[in-house]
Amino acid sequence: MLSRVANSVYWLSRYVERAENVARFIDVNYNLTLGETDTLGNQWAPLIFTTGDQAIYEEQYKDFSRENVLKFLLFDKENPNSILSCASFARENARTIREIIPSVVWEQLNQFFFMVRSAASLEATLDQPQEFCERVRLASHMLVGATDATMSHGEAWHFSRVGRMIERADKTSRIVDVQYYILLPDAHDVGSALDVVRWSALLQSASALAMYRRQYGKILPDHVADFLILDSRFPRSMHFCLAKAQQSLRSITGSTAGTFLNLTEQRIGLLCANMDYTSIENIIQQGLHQYIDGFQKQLNLVGEAIQDDFFTSKQSSQTQVQTSETVSQTQSNY
Amino acid sequence: MRLAPYQSGESFDEMFAPDGQPRPSGEKFVERLQTLSEGSLQQRQKTADLSLQNMGITFNVYGHEAGTEKVWPFDLLPRIIDAHEWKMVESGLRQRIHALNLFVDDLYNDCKIIKDGKIPEELVQSSKTLRPQCKGYRPPQGVWCHITGVDLIRDRDGQIYVLEDNLRCPSGVSYVLENRELMKRTFSHVFQGMSVAPIEDYPEQLLKTLLDCAPEGVTDPTAVVLTPGIYNSAYFEHTFLAQQMGVELVQGTDLVVENGYVHMKTTRGLSRVDVIYRRIDDDFIDPKCFRPDSALGVDHLMDVCRAGRVTLANAPGTGVADDKAVYAYVPDIIKYYLGEEIILPNVPTHLCSDEKQRNHVLGNLDKLVVKPTNESGGYGILMGPQSSQAERDKCADAIRANPREWIAQPMLNLSTVPTLVEDELKPRHVDLRPFVLCGKDIYVMPGGLTRVALKEGSMVVNSSQGGGSKDTWILRNGNSIPEPHISRAAWEDKNA
Repeated sequence: MLSRVANSVYWLSRYVERAENVARFIDVNYNLTLGETDTLGNQWAPLIFTTGDQAIYEEQYKDFSRENVLKFLLFDKENPNSILSCASFARENARTIREIIPSVVWEQLNQFFFMVRSAASLEATLDQPQEFCERVRLASHMLVGATDATMSHGEAWHFSRVGRMIERADKTSRIVDVQYYILLPDAHDVGSALDVVRWSALLQSASALAMYRRQYGKILPDHVADFLILDSRFPRSMHFCLAKAQQSLRSITGSTAGTFLNLTEQRIGLLCANMDYTSIENIIQQGLHQYIDGFQKQLNLVGEAIQDDFFTSKQSSQTQVQTSETVSQTQSNY
Repeated sequence: MRLAPYQSGESFDEMFAPDGQPRPSGEKFVERLQTLSEGSLQQRQKTADLSLQNMGITFNVYGHEAGTEKVWPFDLLPRIIDAHEWKMVESGLRQRIHALNLFVDDLYNDCKIIKDGKIPEELVQSSKTLRPQCKGYRPPQGVWCHITGVDLIRDRDGQIYVLEDNLRCPSGVSYVLENRELMKRTFSHVFQGMSVAPIEDYPEQLLKTLLDCAPEGVTDPTAVVLTPGIYNSAYFEHTFLAQQMGVELVQGTDLVVENGYVHMKTTRGLSRVDVIYRRIDDDFIDPKCFRPDSALGVDHLMDVCRAGRVTLANAPGTGVADDKAVYAYVPDIIKYYLGEEIILPNVPTHLCSDEKQRNHVLGNLDKLVVKPTNESGGYGILMGPQSSQAERDKCADAIRANPREWIAQPMLNLSTVPTLVEDELKPRHVDLRPFVLCGKDIYVMPGGLTRVALKEGSMVVNSSQGGGSKDTWILRNGNSIPEPHISRAAWEDKNA
């Protein structure tokens, strides 16, 4: 398929997934802060620190009030990672490659964008963002479902899955990190103050509570971390996402397990192998936050390699301009 | 619902005769319309508008914020044409396309028509759309205009005229197909059993036409659609056609010329392209050959084209035949190449380059429509009877300064079709753009894009200037079934 099209399909699904995850971020924080005392009730700053958009944020807002943080994450056009920006980038990407997208997916995406845009103009959304976040999540599910059910599982579909899985792995790691920021400022605190309510909230925002219960029953922090980081069957765990991304990359290039044909596959292979053979004990020993930080860095390197290996055409003597007139395809990862 | 009182104006109304009774072609439809409950039509119109928005059926308007799209305006009441009349239109279009193809081929090669003195050399040489770079080129199958959109109008007396030929990148066909789809979705029980000629195979016919004209010796050709990109006003159409044909939609930056062939850049390296349905004007196709400042095209594409290793549809240079001054000669062109009289007449046209005709035009500016020979989209036109003295003076100066650039035609009165305006049916002016494909076969789409001027009394139907659209129904009554598809060879035999 065309490099440009592969690029767009990859970013299209990353943006949809990103929007969904921002909605999840907000949700986890809501669940964590609701009913807390003032100290914890005002814990909105960590959301901005975790997403790494602090610089853009501080240019525009004076404080980390709930309202400002929500405005920034939901509808700020200056924030390239706000839900509104994501929905709009996703649609713009889709518009450039409409010929390869099933019409039901396009229509769904279109409606998603209109829904976000009209919600952005309503005061009530900032006041009660949960319902809106729920709708964003559902729209994303619909899109993924429609894509899986109506698009041939060929190269384009695989690129879309790679985009989605890499984005999701990154964001799950950040959802776990929110917890770290709020509750566990030091690595040696892990395992001390157990707060079932808070850990449940975390699981819930990854839609993982029921699945976790079936797996482990009782809520224990290291089990929760294990589940969200290393579980090989839960579709939002970091390990699962990476394995699926690796699988799709293999389908695209035709390489066999245990081998690599390009830098992307080498990097993702190393990262996967590490996850295959590490344990939650190792991770906690190393420090949860440090581990996640390292993971995110390596994941970014995978993203860069994908860009080079598939989207920047090296066959030609000319330098290809990456559709600069359309959408900023190279959004940095937080 | 109640249709009375529908007041058709002074123009020819396509649905109702002057006595208020439906014309025979509209009888069945009107009958069904009357069985609709009050408000039902409006309800359906709302449903249709919503679907258009959700389906993202849009067009871009230049001059607005980049990327702004407008939803395609669509009116539920169709324009209906009976089979008998359509047969005439069809053969008229076939005749025209066939002759124009021969004409373009002749102009870039032997120039017989000029040598025989049937068309002035000066007129052709001064055409802005003549491409000297194409001299001596002969495309596969001898086809220059693969895809044509011909604008037809019906005057007060009921006669159908060709208003203009669009031989470069005519657009609108995607809306024809989407309109039909929408009609079926929202108006199904009115549509059902109406015996409307199908148009849904257009993408299939288009693909066949393109592949038929692949370079010689290519057994399994690859076709692509070349678009200037997302900000082009017809971008929706480009994606639609690529999707419907199942071919890649490429931009200039996706293509590269290497080793004498055109390739597209894919995730697996370069992949050869044989046929390019280009929706970019000649000027922008190849910066090395035409405009060097263009960033939309592909360097050296024309070299590959002239070497016969890639086919461009339409071929570069075809625009010379839709120059409005050349248009005036189409009846002569048809007579010269085919030895036939023109079936679908031209609108009587005065060429300002001719002194006698120019003087007539200058003396009658208040009665005539003056048009630049090389603009499209309704730009630069003077509507004489509706113009001010100042506008006419300005126009007269422009004509005197550069007579070759102007033609004039009598003010025609476009026919009307009932259109839903608020809660009532009102007559609104329409034109019609049928699409014709020419490859090994000539295919005339049964129907076309009916554009409607939504403003009362307005005759400007361009979507960029507030026009809307309607579905066009060609009825298949009785034995008289239109034949959209005809082999060029057979057709030539018949006409030999």
